[in-house]
Amino acid sequence: METKNIMIVGVGGQGSLLASKLLGYLLLNEGYDVKVSEVHGMSQRGGSVVTYVRYGDSVASPVIDEGEADSIVSFELLEAARWLPFLKKDGTIVTNIQQIDPMPVVTGAAEYPEDLVGKLKATGAKVDAMDCVALAEEAGSVKAVNLVLLGRLSHYFDFPDEAWQKAIAACVPPKFLEINKKAFELGKNYG
Amino acid sequence: MKQLMLGNKAVARGLYEAGVLFASSYPGTPSTEITEELALYDDVYCEWAPNEKVAMEAAFGASLAGRRAFCAMKHVGLNVAADPLYTMSYTGVNAGMVIAVADDAGMHSSQNEQDSRHHAIASKVPMLEPSDSAEALAYAKLAFDISEQFDTPVLLKMCTRVAHSQSVVETGERQVPVRAYEKDIPKYVMMPGNAKRRHPFVEERTKKLIAYAEESGINRVEKGGSKMGIITSSTSYQYVKEVFGDSVSILKIGMAYPLPEKLIRDFAAGVEKLVVVEELDPIMENHVRALGLEVSGKDLLPICGEFSQNLIAKALGGEVHSGRSLDESLPMRPPVMCPGCPHRGLFFTLKKLNATVLGDIGCYTLGAVAPLSTIELTLCMGASVSSLHGFNKALGKESETKTVCVIGDSTFMHSGMTGLANIAYNGSNSTVIILDNSITGMTGHQQNPTTGYNIKGDPAGKIDLEALCRSMGFARVSVVDPYNLAECEDVIRKEMAADEPSVIISRRPCALLKYVKRKPSLRVNPEKCKTCKSCMRIGCPAISIKDGKARVDETLCVGCGVCTQLCKFDAFENTGKEA
Repeated sequence: METKNIMIVGVGGQGSLLASKLLGYLLLNEGYDVKVSEVHGMSQRGGSVVTYVRYGDSVASPVIDEGEADSIVSFELLEAARWLPFLKKDGTIVTNIQQIDPMPVVTGAAEYPEDLVGKLKATGAKVDAMDCVALAEEAGSVKAVNLVLLGRLSHYFDFPDEAWQKAIAACVPPKFLEINKKAFELGKNYG
Repeated sequence: MKQLMLGNKAVARGLYEAGVLFASSYPGTPSTEITEELALYDDVYCEWAPNEKVAMEAAFGASLAGRRAFCAMKHVGLNVAADPLYTMSYTGVNAGMVIAVADDAGMHSSQNEQDSRHHAIASKVPMLEPSDSAEALAYAKLAFDISEQFDTPVLLKMCTRVAHSQSVVETGERQVPVRAYEKDIPKYVMMPGNAKRRHPFVEERTKKLIAYAEESGINRVEKGGSKMGIITSSTSYQYVKEVFGDSVSILKIGMAYPLPEKLIRDFAAGVEKLVVVEELDPIMENHVRALGLEVSGKDLLPICGEFSQNLIAKALGGEVHSGRSLDESLPMRPPVMCPGCPHRGLFFTLKKLNATVLGDIGCYTLGAVAPLSTIELTLCMGASVSSLHGFNKALGKESETKTVCVIGDSTFMHSGMTGLANIAYNGSNSTVIILDNSITGMTGHQQNPTTGYNIKGDPAGKIDLEALCRSMGFARVSVVDPYNLAECEDVIRKEMAADEPSVIISRRPCALLKYVKRKPSLRVNPEKCKTCKSCMRIGCPAISIKDGKARVDETLCVGCGVCTQLCKFDAFENTGKEA
């Protein structure tokens, strides 16, 4: 099988680590060779962050390059737009519509672009955008944005539901399992 | 059992299986997790040392005593520890001694992009270079065997992409070989007479290591198409495999120093075109050229920055991928000081006082970023204190009354103390500000000698910064709370004007520490906000202007209250809600 690529992007501190851990667990259990590449250090302080998840029969490079991502999962709208060039021509963006102003916007040196969902779609990219914060709150915690996004992502894969459930149970603290399962379902069945 | 493991964690696992009993490191991205992960094994003694030189010497002591020993550092840390390294090359070891050094091509979290292989060559210490987690684990173990077999410390070179990528590993059992300590003055006392006898030993050892590089299989040929032969290593090997698969032949180098000769000649003879693919400096390329072979490398590939599959495909004629793009340029998202960061109030005050600020290495380097734009120098660990002295000596009184340096608690312990001794001894009228956030912040919260806790979180010795500075001869030592802007301004103004050197300790724990209680978040009363944008001057990511009024993001705000001190209209109010 040709190597498949998933990118998880967002703002440092948003907690994309759980998403990549869960995907890694799921893919390894499904029998694939897997590589996951993360960002540590300075960019974690509110900068633009990206995690690469790759799987297939045999994965070489740990990173994903321009035009290679089958899916981009984004915790924040501007970040979805920033990483668009990395999406395959027929790839899909699953994004939260939350907007977090970067410092140049905060200081007034730049403006947060308007209607990014519309602009992304206008490039011909497949875009699945939703208010993950609202859905996570509905599930019981704003911190479950992760699982809303993964739920929506699962929609685009053929992995059986049990495989996802097993990965969720293995990676989420037992105390928050029910909230996270609910968040996953809400994301999966959205729209 | 197969499992997905971070490269750094795989090194730690390899160290554990190799029977390491002692590890001493100083944190530095991307090397930090090796020692953190190793510390989770109860039967390995681990510690954070004040700096890399101390860590390496401590590890050497354990090796000398007959226990397998380890230390880890980032690339620039090896500069600090270069002194013991170059002479340990002469003494050799007793039990195995391995030093992990992590390079940062692309400078994800570093001040330069130096190539650690130069240190291996210059110190004549062998260096292994894994390309994924499985090799990181295997090479960590192998490094100890090489160390003991050849009587040498061994460098294990990581890079950001190997250190911070997870790939599949299989783990093994732990074995703990130990050796007895024996007094051996000619081997371990490096005074000229003895060192003269050890240097030929080093040269002989290198010849034996070259033979090892030729025959052991650490460097392997992967036979493929013969149109192009690529010599590569580390993460570059993975990119080459990604682009070319087995359509080219590959000489995969696992030992970066010393490099083989016959293996390279034989490989070159079997291919039409020879290319070296290596990040940063043309070290393997120069070696190949010195063998008299025709080779390409940096004529096609860059020295600066890290590689990727597209970059290699473009340079060497593979398939280049491209995607879609938007027509407009997007605002950048640089890293910022966190909401509630104690450094913010201090930098705001320094900016207000129009001070010249020499900075150091840590989160507070972000004090150079807009809108604070306060720090005017960042060089290396500890340089703020030493260069402030030189700056003030050069310019005299006009500088002394308006120039300060800022240095974090961990960086001060690392190498700020010696600079402070110089100020005390040679008498510049300097004002040193220690930003004591009670943790090593940038690398992800490691303890240090001022925090009172060790790497396992257990109570440990605690250095009293005030007492330390006083004992060095500073009569003026004051402590301020950086959340209190009026106090900061008053004290800094006074100390800059004072006729003798002084230390100001700006003390407030990092807002991200678990034990730090967040205060209820604030909100802006839009009736009171006059849009004067005074609060925007501190660059807090929780405050923005929306619909003409300041607005607080209640999910980000930790209620530090620095903004409220800037608002003349009392527009900030307490929500009572904890973030």
